[in-house]
Amino acid sequence: MRLKAEGLAARRGEDLLFSDISFDLGGGDALILTGHNGSGKSTLLRVVAGLLPAEAGRVTWSGPGESSRASEACHYLGHRNAMKPEMTVSENLSFWKTFLGDTARGRGVSIAEATELVGLGGIAHLPFGYLSAGQQRRMAFAKLLVAYRPVWILDEPMAALDARAEETFTDLIQRHLQAGGLLLAATHQPLGLDNAQELRMKGFSAFPQDALQ
Amino acid sequence: MMTLLVRDLKLSVRAGGGALIGVLFFMTVVAVIPFGVGPDLNLLSRIGPAIVWIGALLSALLGLDRLFQTEREDGSLDLILMQEHPLVLTVLVKCLAHWIANCLPLVIASPLLGLFMNMSEVAIGAVALTLLVGSPALTFIGAVGAAVAVALPRGGLLVSILVLPLAIPVLIFGVSASYAAVEDPAPFMPPFLILSAITLFFAVLGPLGAALALRNGGD
Amino acid sequence: MTESLAITRFSDLANPTRFLSLAGRIIPWLAGLTLCLFAIGLYLSFTTEGDYQQGETVRIMYVHVPAAWLSMMCYTVMALSAIGTLVWRHPLADVSHKAAAPLGAAFTLIALATGSLWGKPMWGTWWVWDARLTSVFVLFLMYLGLIALNRAMDDPSKAARLSAVLILVGFVNIPIIKFSVEWWNTLHQPASVVRLDGPTIDPEFLIPLLVMAVAFTFLFFTLHLMAMRNEIWRRRVGAQRRMAARMAGRGT
Repeated sequence: MRLKAEGLAARRGEDLLFSDISFDLGGGDALILTGHNGSGKSTLLRVVAGLLPAEAGRVTWSGPGESSRASEACHYLGHRNAMKPEMTVSENLSFWKTFLGDTARGRGVSIAEATELVGLGGIAHLPFGYLSAGQQRRMAFAKLLVAYRPVWILDEPMAALDARAEETFTDLIQRHLQAGGLLLAATHQPLGLDNAQELRMKGFSAFPQDALQ
Repeated sequence: MMTLLVRDLKLSVRAGGGALIGVLFFMTVVAVIPFGVGPDLNLLSRIGPAIVWIGALLSALLGLDRLFQTEREDGSLDLILMQEHPLVLTVLVKCLAHWIANCLPLVIASPLLGLFMNMSEVAIGAVALTLLVGSPALTFIGAVGAAVAVALPRGGLLVSILVLPLAIPVLIFGVSASYAAVEDPAPFMPPFLILSAITLFFAVLGPLGAALALRNGGD
Repeated sequence: MTESLAITRFSDLANPTRFLSLAGRIIPWLAGLTLCLFAIGLYLSFTTEGDYQQGETVRIMYVHVPAAWLSMMCYTVMALSAIGTLVWRHPLADVSHKAAAPLGAAFTLIALATGSLWGKPMWGTWWVWDARLTSVFVLFLMYLGLIALNRAMDDPSKAARLSAVLILVGFVNIPIIKFSVEWWNTLHQPASVVRLDGPTIDPEFLIPLLVMAVAFTFLFFTLHLMAMRNEIWRRRVGAQRRMAARMAGRGT
């Protein structure tokens, strides 16, 4: 699985947020976007996920015998958790598990297993709205586990998390990378990954810090 | 797709769901009319079909603005947009769920309101039947408005303004079919068939338009 | 001395746990009494002679009139509870008016439906916009509105305060609605207003009617206590689940 971006540019309203962003990621690679608020991290993630049109440049997904659609290759976890507070955690997760479905590349784990993995086993029967902000974030993360996608696009995944939950997350991300997955994340906190590359977004003109691969 | 239907239905009956409120609004609107025009039973039975249809039209619009807005607020819309299922199909399923949760209760409640309006049995049956056939068109047209107004802070009113003019043909043929069933010279079938055609037409055009608006309304 | 005792008794009762144990003891007796009263009332209703003008349909009265009374009494109970919510901020009062709203709606619906069934043979139509019918219908809509309001809010104590305000405004408004409707009606439809009370009631009808009314009242109190108990339990389950959510992930 490769994710390649060439000369990406995007605007927000009238302003050009960034231009000429390129990177090339293979299996097991992680790319961390850093930069001050408003530097276009979230926008770049949404462009890569196919939720916003790019002003220039293109994103290509390629792999052995796979189609080039973002939907089949990636998970997107935005600022919001995409879970309904009126429904129980397991109802939420089983909806996404069925709706997202499994692709040919791999299978997701069961709901009980996923909640165990994020450290919240045993409360899947509660309505999602009863959970605290940090717990909600962890359950949203469990969504990434119930349906398999090779690429994870995470926007501030560590928001509202305590130290132990951060550890759990880092662990899960490591495991995903070791299994040949890809990670693209925007964050202020260090994720604690040793082999991650960093892309510092500087507002209008940004360049990759270390020549990416 | 079934799971999406089941989920939307579940959400609509859970706390804060709009299913009950739509029917309540329908009953209140229709019940207020006799206070305005007076309790003359003959007059009420004459204007009854039109009143019930207008009441159903307004109540059907009531919950429409939330169709995509709740999904956008919690971020689910992003994931739905990203999926490989054709978006048109997703929108169609969401419309169906909305229709079952919000419009079907209106159709079921309409005979009761027909009694309040002193309508004859034939007229009551005709109104319920035309509502059953015509109300999906209202949902499909409304889905376009809801998709256009999804990112607006006060989209609710705007959706009604956008959708009401487009819903006029549905109202015209729905009401004229209902009257044709009661009054002899006019035949019932032609307006009824046109109404069915409008519903089928919007079942295609509505989800297409809504999907297009959602794709372009990303932020 | 006795006064202070009475006050402690009252505040004892106001404690939800005490209330639950008391309700648990009272409910079987109330339910049994209700059953007996209904048995007597229904027996009397079906064995007394039919009216010579209305025939058998007069028996609808034994259900219709008590249900209509109860629909109004229920609103009074809710208004009293609403005062309890707003003045003393008492949780049991919140529970009381929340539990009463569906009961009130049910009794009003029974009154409307039986009245409609009675109206068809008597007046030849299911419904007329008569003053009394109309104001009962408005009451029904108010009950449904209150239920919808309670359902729409997550926080039960906030929902209770807001619906208490609405109940009290409605309580003041109901006489106004009633009089305006009557005035509106005499303007438009003076002659055909049908008198619901029919022929002057003689003891033969009066006794079963009164028994049925008492039976309905006891039924209301039984159901109300049970609904309050359910609501308290429901809130406790909710609190426990929130507690479970807080505890989860702490021990791991």
